[in-house]
Amino acid sequence: MPSTFDTVANIIAETCDIPRETIKPESHSINDLGIDSLDFLDIAFAIDKAFGIKLPLEQWTQEVNDGKATTEQYFVLQNLCARIDELVAAKGA
Amino acid sequence: MRIEYFQLIDRITALDLEKQTIHAEAVVPTESTVFEGHFPGHPLMPGVLLIESMAQASGWLIIGHTKFERMPFLAAVKEAKLRTFVTPGETLDVSATLTHEGSGYMITAASIRSAGKAVCEATMTFRLMAFPSPDFRASMEAVAGRISFPMKAMSHG
Repeated sequence: MPSTFDTVANIIAETCDIPRETIKPESHSINDLGIDSLDFLDIAFAIDKAFGIKLPLEQWTQEVNDGKATTEQYFVLQNLCARIDELVAAKGA
Repeated sequence: MRIEYFQLIDRITALDLEKQTIHAEAVVPTESTVFEGHFPGHPLMPGVLLIESMAQASGWLIIGHTKFERMPFLAAVKEAKLRTFVTPGETLDVSATLTHEGSGYMITAASIRSAGKAVCEATMTFRLMAFPSPDFRASMEAVAGRISFPMKAMSHG
């Protein structure tokens, strides 16, 4: 079974036509990979489907806009994957 | 339809919030300045307006789903196929099904049929936002009245 990171990295590579080898756990999806908000909707859709969850993008965006969180907390891939694992665990609880 | 005003949906004929589907009727006018250019002597409903018609039907489905709390804005059109020509005077059945509800976005599968025949289809992504202003929302409510949007359907389910 692929890791959460591998699944997410493959989704990003396929959705945004980014070479898979350039996608690292420490990559910032916006600052490093240049993914814009529209492409991120496609990624969120694919993640929602792959993991059976609903990424709370609106909540995250609001927290960033309100200064309560940084984009790194949600959009650096290793952090994004940690959030996904939490959502998957919460779903199964 | 009043093509020039982007009023492409004439009437909501069915809204099922349990099945998350909508059907709308749209009658292509027999005359429009659009047809003077598209095309001279060979009037055809522009494909982009068929896509817009599907977007509007999808939008009303989403407005129903969110109980008029969010405004959908078209963000992406995928796998659009225009299968046949649409000419002035045709009555179109524009339909959409909600296929995914994300956080701040929704995806629909939309299609149009004319006289039982498949005309076009597309997968559409919408961003959901607050209504930009009370006036904007009021104008949408006025449109809802004009196209017989079943406000009662939102109080169920």
